[in-house]
Amino acid sequence: MHLATYLGLLHGSLRTLAGAFREVAKGHGEEPDVASTCQVLAKRLDGQVEKLGPIVERYGEHRESEPERLHAAEFEQTRSGGVGLLRDLQDLYALASFTDITWTVVGQAAQGLRDKELLDVVSSCEKDTARQLAWLKTRMKQSAPQALIASRE
Amino acid sequence: MDRWVQSACVLCSNGCGCDIAVKDGRMVGVRGRAEDIVNHGRLGPKGLFGSWQAHRTDRLTQPLIRRHGVLVETDWDTAMSEVVHRSQELLAEFGSSSHGFYTSGQLFLEEYYTLGVIGKAGIGTPHMDGNTRLCTATAAAALKESFGSDGQPACHTDIDLCDALFLFGHNMAATQTVMWARVLDRLAGPDRPRVVVVDPRRTPVAESADVHLAPLPGTNQALMNGLVRAVIEHGWVDHDYVHRHTLGFDELKSTVEPYTPEHVAEICRVSPVDLLRAAEIFGTSQRVLSTVLQGFYQSHQATAASCQVNNLHLIRGLIGRPGSGVLQMNGQPTAQNTRETGANGDLPGFRNWDNEQHVQELARLWKVDPLTIPHWAPPTHAMQIWRYAEQGSIKFLWISATNPAVSLPELSRIRAILSKKDLFVVAQDGFPTETTELADVVLPAALWGEKQGTFTNLSRVVHLSEQAVEPPGEARSDLDIFLDYASRMGFRDRDGDPLIKWKDAEGAFDAWRECSRGRPCDYTELTYEKLRGGSGIAWGPERLYADGHFPTAADYCEDYGHDLLTGAQTTPTEYKAQRPDGRAFLKAAEYLPPHEQANATYPFLCTTGRSVYHFHTRTKTGRSPELRRAAPEPWVEMSPEDAAELGFGDGDVVLVESERGSVKVPVRIGRCRGGVVFLPFHYGYWDVEHDGHERAANELTLTEWDPVSKQPLFKLSAVRIRRA
Repeated sequence: MHLATYLGLLHGSLRTLAGAFREVAKGHGEEPDVASTCQVLAKRLDGQVEKLGPIVERYGEHRESEPERLHAAEFEQTRSGGVGLLRDLQDLYALASFTDITWTVVGQAAQGLRDKELLDVVSSCEKDTARQLAWLKTRMKQSAPQALIASRE
Repeated sequence: MDRWVQSACVLCSNGCGCDIAVKDGRMVGVRGRAEDIVNHGRLGPKGLFGSWQAHRTDRLTQPLIRRHGVLVETDWDTAMSEVVHRSQELLAEFGSSSHGFYTSGQLFLEEYYTLGVIGKAGIGTPHMDGNTRLCTATAAAALKESFGSDGQPACHTDIDLCDALFLFGHNMAATQTVMWARVLDRLAGPDRPRVVVVDPRRTPVAESADVHLAPLPGTNQALMNGLVRAVIEHGWVDHDYVHRHTLGFDELKSTVEPYTPEHVAEICRVSPVDLLRAAEIFGTSQRVLSTVLQGFYQSHQATAASCQVNNLHLIRGLIGRPGSGVLQMNGQPTAQNTRETGANGDLPGFRNWDNEQHVQELARLWKVDPLTIPHWAPPTHAMQIWRYAEQGSIKFLWISATNPAVSLPELSRIRAILSKKDLFVVAQDGFPTETTELADVVLPAALWGEKQGTFTNLSRVVHLSEQAVEPPGEARSDLDIFLDYASRMGFRDRDGDPLIKWKDAEGAFDAWRECSRGRPCDYTELTYEKLRGGSGIAWGPERLYADGHFPTAADYCEDYGHDLLTGAQTTPTEYKAQRPDGRAFLKAAEYLPPHEQANATYPFLCTTGRSVYHFHTRTKTGRSPELRRAAPEPWVEMSPEDAAELGFGDGDVVLVESERGSVKVPVRIGRCRGGVVFLPFHYGYWDVEHDGHERAANELTLTEWDPVSKQPLFKLSAVRIRRA
C-alpha cells in the first residue's frame, strides 16, 4: 500500500508550509497584517501536523526517494518591497496548493479504506487549508495593482 | 441675539438637534431642540461649550503653501494651482494609484459624496479612507458580516423600551452624554432595566451595572463565545427564529462549545458566576438592547467579537422589535455618511465592489466607463494607504478635516511619513493642527455653522445644518474646495459634460438621493424642505429587520463577507452557494490570543480612550475655556493596587513606555482593573511651547489592525511605568 508514501509527503509538506509561513512573517514584519496572519496560519498548521500524528503512527510514513521539489529553506531569504511581498505570497500559495491537493489524495484513500479516524482528520483540516489559500489570494489581489503599476522601487 | 438657526451637534455620533444663536453675524450660543427625536432638547458639555466657542479663535483664514521649507500665506489661486499641477503631473507619470484621500468623520454628507465621486470617477483611485477607519469601521464590518449590509438596526426609542441593556466596550457616559442621560432616566425611573457592562475599567457606566465584566484587554472574543455558549446551553434560543431567519447555527454552536464559564474565566480573568449571570439576563429578558463601541472596535478580534453581539440577538430573535436590537455605535458624528457615500472607500449606497452589476449602476449614474471605477479589490484601508505613502507609491495625499499626526497609532512613524520629501500633502482644516504643520499646502476650511449640509447620526437620523454665519477670512466650505478642484482638474463624463454637475450643498444632496435610490440607505424620500423645522428624520423604517428579512440576497448585499480569523474574502460563488436570500449570518470564530502581550519588560496593558470633555484631538474642544479647564492635561489612570505596588501617589509624574515610544504624565489612581492602565488619546501638542511629544497616547500604540474591519488596535499596548 502506497498510503504511507502519501502520508509522508503530507506530513513533510505541512511542516514545510508552517515553516514557510513563519519565515514570511519574520521577513515582512513591516506589513503587520501579513506577519500576524502568517503566524496564525502557521500555528494552525502545527495543529494539523499534530492531528496527523496518530494516523502516521498507524500506517507508517515513507519518504520518497525522488528528489524533493519543495523546500522551506528557500523561504529564509524573503524578498523586500511590494513586488517582493507579492512573490513571497505567491510561493506560499504554490506550497499551500501542494498540501491542499495532498490532503485531497489522502482523503480519497481514507474513503477507500473506510478509515473513519482518517476521514475525520481530513475533514477537520479542510477548512483551514481553504482558509490559507483564500487569505493568500485576498492579500495578493489587494497588493498586485499597487506593486505592479504604482511602485517604482 | 438676532436669530436662531437650525442645526445639529457635530461633537459625537449622537447628533443632537440644536439651534445656533446668532448675534451681529457671530455665533453666540446653542440650545437643544425639544422636538428632536434624538435628544428631546438636551445637549451635552461638548455640544454646549465646544461647538461654537472655538470659531473665533486662532482659525486658518488664508491658504498656506510651503516655500523653502516654511509654510507661508498665499492666495487661493496659487494654492489650488499648485495642488492641481502636482495632481496632474503625478497622474500623467504614475497613474491614479499615486493619489490617496484621507478624510474625516466631521464633514457633511454632501462633501463626502462629492469627494467620493471625484476619487472614484474623476481620479479613479482605490485609495480613499479616513479617520472613520479608526472609530467606526468595525461597526460597518460587523453589520455587513451579519446582516449583509451596513445600516443601524435599532433606534434611540429602544433605550426607553428595553428591559435589559448591554454595553459592550462602551463608556456611554463619556462618549455620548445625552444618550446616557436617556439611560439614566430609565435607571432612576420605574421598571428599571437590568444593565450589563463589559469594560476593563470601572467606569460610571460600569458602576450602574447589575453585572460588570472586566475582561483582560484582548480577550473579548473568548468572553463573547462564553456568553453565546451559555445562552445556547441553557436553552434560551428561539429555534424557530434561528431556523427561519439565520444561517450557520450549527457551526456557531460547535465553535463556542469549548468556551465553558471556567475556561472563559481563565482567559479573561472574570468571575464565571458573573458570566453566567450576564448570560441569564440576556437569555431571560424580553426586550434586550445592546450597544457596542471602541472597547470592542479598537481591540483584538474586533469584528469577530462585535459579530457575536449580533449573534446573541439573532439566536434569541431579539432584533427589529420595540426595545430589542443592536446599536453598533459610530464614533464620530458624521461617520455614517462617509460609510454611505463611499468617501471611506466603500462604494456609494452600500454597493458591493465585488458585484459587477453594482459597479455598472454607478457607471451609468455618473456616465463614466465602469473600468474607471476601481473595483478590482476591496478599497484600500487607511493603514494600507499610510503604508503605501511610506513606501513611496502614494505620492499625493489629501487630508481633510482630521488630524492623523495625533490620532493614528505609532506617531513617530506618521510624522516621518508626513515629512517625506516625495509625498505631497494637502491638509484642509479649520484650525492649524499638528498635521497642517507638516503639509505642503494648507487650505482653510469653513466649519459647522459656517456652511450648509446634512449628516446622519448613529441611529440613521438625518439632520440639516444651516449656515448661520460667514466663514472667517478667506476660509471656504469643504464642498466648495472639492468643487473647485474638480473644475480645475476638468473631470468630464462620457458626454463631455462636467463630471460633478452640482454647484451647492442642496444640489449635492439631490445627486446623492438619486445615487441612493433602491439601496438599503434610500434617501429619496428626504429633501432639505422636509428636514427644515421639527425633528431630524431617519432613513428607512424606525427599526430595520422587523420582519426578520435581511439584505443578504446576493444581488443586493453590500459585501460577500470574510473569514473572521484572517479576513479572507468569501468569493461570489461561495456566497451564492449558501443561498442566504434574506437570512442573517451567524458568523463564528474561535478566540486567538493577541500578539501583543504583557511581559517581563512591559508588564502592563495600556488602553486608550476618551474624556467626557474632549472630542478627538481637541482641535475644537481644547479651544473652549470651560472644556479646557475641565480636562487641561493628559494623565495615566491605574488601579490603587498597582499604584501602591509601584509606590505612586495621585499626581506623581511618570513615564509610560512601550516598545514604540513614551509619554510623561501624572498618575490618576482610579478605575482600571489590575494590570491595566488607561491613557486619554485626545492630547497632542499644538497648545504647548515645546514639541510636546510626551503627551500623545498614540506615541505608544502599535501598528496592527483587525483582519476584517482593518481598524487599528488602540486598546492593547504592552507598557512599563516608572517615575519620571
